[in-house]
Formats: sequence, structure tokens, C-alpha cells
Amino acid sequence: MGKYIIKRLGISLATILVLVTVVFILVRLMPGDPFTSDKMTPEIKANLEKYYGFDKPLIEQYFTYLKNLLKGDLGYSMKYKNQTVNKIIEDSFPFSFDLGIRSLVFGISFGLVFGITAALNRGKKLDFISIVIAIIGTSVPDFIMGALLQYFFGIKWGLFPVAQYLGFKHTILPAIAVGFYTLAQVSRLMRASMLEVVQQDYIKTAKSKGISSFRVTYKHQIRNAIMPVVTVLGPTVAAVLTGTFVIESIFAIPGMGKFYVQSVQNLDYSIVLGMTVFYGAFLVIANMIVDILYGLIDPRIRIAGK
Amino acid sequence: MDKIIEVNNLKFSFKTYGGVVQSVRGISFDVCEGEIIGIVGESGCGKSVTAQSLIRLNPEPPGFFEDGSIIYKGKDITKMSEKELRTIRGVEIGFIFQDPMTSLNPTMKIGKQIEEIFVQRKLYDKSQIKEKALEILKLVGISDGERRYNQYPHELSGGMKQRVMIAIALVGQPSVVIADEPTTSLDVTIEAQILDLLKDLQKKTKTSIILITHDLGVIAKMCDRVLVMYGGKIVERGTVDDIFYNTKHPYTSGLLGSIASLETEKDVELSPIEGTPPDLFSPPPGCPFAARCEYAMEVCYKKMPPEYELSEDHKTVCWLQHEYAPDIKLPCKNREKSEVL
Repeated sequence: MGKYIIKRLGISLATILVLVTVVFILVRLMPGDPFTSDKMTPEIKANLEKYYGFDKPLIEQYFTYLKNLLKGDLGYSMKYKNQTVNKIIEDSFPFSFDLGIRSLVFGISFGLVFGITAALNRGKKLDFISIVIAIIGTSVPDFIMGALLQYFFGIKWGLFPVAQYLGFKHTILPAIAVGFYTLAQVSRLMRASMLEVVQQDYIKTAKSKGISSFRVTYKHQIRNAIMPVVTVLGPTVAAVLTGTFVIESIFAIPGMGKFYVQSVQNLDYSIVLGMTVFYGAFLVIANMIVDILYGLIDPRIRIAGK
Repeated sequence: MDKIIEVNNLKFSFKTYGGVVQSVRGISFDVCEGEIIGIVGESGCGKSVTAQSLIRLNPEPPGFFEDGSIIYKGKDITKMSEKELRTIRGVEIGFIFQDPMTSLNPTMKIGKQIEEIFVQRKLYDKSQIKEKALEILKLVGISDGERRYNQYPHELSGGMKQRVMIAIALVGQPSVVIADEPTTSLDVTIEAQILDLLKDLQKKTKTSIILITHDLGVIAKMCDRVLVMYGGKIVERGTVDDIFYNTKHPYTSGLLGSIASLETEKDVELSPIEGTPPDLFSPPPGCPFAARCEYAMEVCYKKMPPEYELSEDHKTVCWLQHEYAPDIKLPCKNREKSEVL
């Protein structure tokens, strides 16, 4: 297992290196530069470029960036004066993370429950209801979901605050808005997977032992059915935890998403790069955790990875 | 010998989109204490459905009992609730499945899967349960039980897995074990080992075994009595010697004729039974085998023959036994039993 994790870690680092390189090149291929504006004089621009090291050859800039990255330094923002990228992430990420965790807990737990209930009541009313919920979840975009939730729960019935992120009550609507897609995805997958597993021979074996149907479902069916769900969780977790820009702006939550999108428009190289690396690292780690989890659930994979 | 299971006029069907499939169409037989009874027939003849209906493992719905009863120790299994069935499964009637590769839960340790039978019933305390599991592993010929106990199914070979399946079927000390093609997915040497093991265990434990197979060689090696099934019905029944040396049904004769043996010359063609089994959505009114039978008479297509009793054990469902029927010698009499082994 240890060897497996080390191997995975190596692959992860290589992935991040490729990511940094590609984004480093791509972001500089975009037309324009961070300092272009009407008021900018050539002298000031030259000064700024010197300050950020843009006067040096690209390859040198690249290695300087890598060197700083190794120290964990993501550099200064080019638009927000005197703010380091580290500081921006440090300030905004906790909000995105908090929202992400809440929506994941909501999406995964309800998704699993819905999926399992639907599979156990195949063709009945509960199954139908869960299909409807899943269709809504996958087809309604999160910003519309967010707006609808705000309108009904916030304005019409006044049950929850419409915006901002101050206390538990504030977190409920955005968490549902973000987590609904995960819920739909997880419940569909879990249902399909449960129905597949129930036809496996070992379920029959379990029944032939005279154990209760609850135990057959719980010990034999669910554990084997959950595998495909775990697989899709990796990317989902990373995407949800690092924030969904639209929901954050609809609910006025000061998360990472806002900075990320604006920095692309502003050509703020350091934020784009920094956040991409951060997001990428997150994705890679999430995937790695999923792979390890996978091994814990299915012994066959554990052995293969040795 | 006392009868343990009595099956009377069992009819089991499945509702499908295409209509009702009548898989088992009225069969009766009984299983006596300590005997090995074989059910033989080709794919789709209803032998597995029969086996699984004995402890109600067929999915219901879409499957359902149209008629008949299965009396086990005075109680009708076809009328039992799920809760009552649980007291039968595993401890009264054990089941060995066809494919050991897929019949063990891949995410559960071997030991746990064997012990699970005791989970619901508080027969023993915890330390005793593990002892039981190790004991049964030893009994089915797994030498390093302690290590195997903590392994997962994928760490075992096919033969080993089937031994574990047998252990699961036997650990509850059932009085009947149903083995549904236990060696079909194993290679020939392993097959012989597993069959020897089954026979050996049967002698030790005095368990009755219902052995489902399509392999007459297995029947010859293992069984006391044989039921030959075709198209959801039992067409011939008798002792192994009756079936092999005094074949009375053309289907049985065809089955025996289609086996290759080591003595068959290489340029001699095997004689398969021509045609296909009957459509069980709408089975023919007469004998199901009539369409493929070279001796078929007009009556065979129109009316189901009754069961003719040739001796106490040997019975066949065939119009050829009628007093007006032509006297036909079926060709397989000279096949030696040992030849098909």
C-alpha cells in the first residue's frame, strides 16, 4: 500500500508540473498583457514589466516561477495592488471550501439515500419521484436553481436569508444550489449500480444463507454498488470545493470563484496561474484519495496496486 | 428410507414482456435421506429453476408458483413467508452454485462469508463460530485455513473457490444440499476433485444431495437415482443403471448417444439430437420431445403421454410404452457406463 501511495504521489507531481507548464505558456499566448490600459505610459509599463520580471527571457521567467512555486510562493497579483496570490487564496478559499463541504455532504448523502431507495423500490412511486428529482438536478443549471431557491425560500416564504455568508442559516440555500447536481448524479449512478449488483450471483449466495434481506442489501449489495459512485466523486469533490463562481456571486459569497474568473479577463497572470495550480493540485489530490479509497473498498484493487 | 423433500406437481413460471414462460410444468419427485439424486437435462429444460424453487431463490416476481407443493419436513415451502424461509435456507437446505468465480462476494473475506450463516441465528458464540468456520475449511480440503480465512475470493483459484462454496453450503449442517452444476465452470481435473470431495462429504455427513447437471458422466459417477428433464417435465426417472443400461425414453437415449468418449474413432461423427427444445411460451400439447424424436407417432404430437411404470424406480413418460406402440429397441443399450466417465 505504501509503495502504491508513493507511486501515485509521483504521478500526481508530474501532472501538476505539466499543468503549470501548459498554463504558463497559454496564459502568455493570450492577446494583450496585464498592464495595457488607456492611461499607461511606456515608461511606467517598462517599470512594471521590470518589476514583475517580464523583461527577462520567457524560459528564465518559467524557471523563476517554478523555483518560487517550490517554496509555495505564488507571486504578487498584477491587478490587486500589493496583494499576494497566496493571500487572496487564503482569504477566499475558506468560504469556497466551507460551501463545498456543505454541498458535498448534502449532495452525496441525499444522493446515496435517494439512489438506494429508488433501486429497492424499482418501478414504484418512490423510484419515480427520485427520477424526477434527478432529472431536475441534472438539467436545471445551478444559477437558475440558486435564483429559484432565493425567490421561494428567501423572498416569498422568508425562511432563509437571500444572500451573504454569515451563519448556518445563510449556508443552506447556496449549499443546496451547488449540491443538487451532485445529488442527482450520485442518486442516478447509485440506483443503476444497485440494480446491477442485485443480479450478481453472490447476492443469490447471500440469500441462500438465510440472512435477512436488510443484511443482504447492506453487507453485500451496497458495498459493491458504491464503487462507480466513488469513481466520479474525485473530480466532483475538487470542482465543488474550489467553488462555483456563479453561485458565489448570486449569493454574494466572497469565495475563490470570483477572483478566478475576473483574473482571466484582467490577464492577471499570477492569479490565473496560482489558482490553476491550486485547483489542479486539489483535483489531483482528490483523485488520489479516491483511488486509495477505492482500494479500501475493493480488495482486488488494493492487491493490483502493490 | 424416509423422504425429506416431496415435490408434487410443481409448476413454476415467469412473467415476461413476451408472455408467461412455463419453465417447470408439473413435476413430482421426492428426495430420500442420505441419497444423491441427479437431475439431468440440456440448457433451458427447467432443472436450475426446479433447484432454485426448492428454497425459493428464483426472483418472485417475475417468477411465481402456478401450482404444486414442495413439502419439506411436513411444511410446504411454496407457501412460506420470507421469514420462515430464512429458517430453512442454509441450515436445513444448503445450496452450491454453478459459478464459483461470481458466486462469492468480492469485497468480503472468505471466513466472514462462511460465518455469515450463523449471524442471524444465535447457535454459537463468537469464538465457536470462528472454530466452526476453520473446521469446515479443513473438511472441504483447504489445508491452510487460518490464512484462507482472512483472504478475499480473488486470492483463491477456481477449485478453491468452489471448495469455499461447498463449505458455505455445509457449514450450517443442512439435511439437504442442492448442487446446481457445481463443476460446470471448472476444468476436468478439478471437477474430479470436487466431485470426490462432495461424495466423500456426503458419506461423512449423511446429507442428501440434489445434483443438477447436464453431464451424464457426473451422474454416473455420483448418483443413486436420476431424473431426466426435458421441456419443463421429467421424461424418465430411474436408478443410474436403469438410465444407462435400460434406457426407455428416446431423449435419454439421444443424450447418451451424443457423448464423445475416448474410444470413439476420430472419423466417427457424434450423433447430436437434431432440432431445438420446445418454446416454453407456448409448449406443445403433446410430448415436448416429439418434434425432435425419430420414433414420434401421431399421438405424440397431440397428447402428453402418461408416466409408465417399468419397475418400482424406473418410470418413463413416452407413448412407446403403450401396449399398441411398435416395439422399438433404443440404440444406446450397449454403451458402457464407464465409457462416459
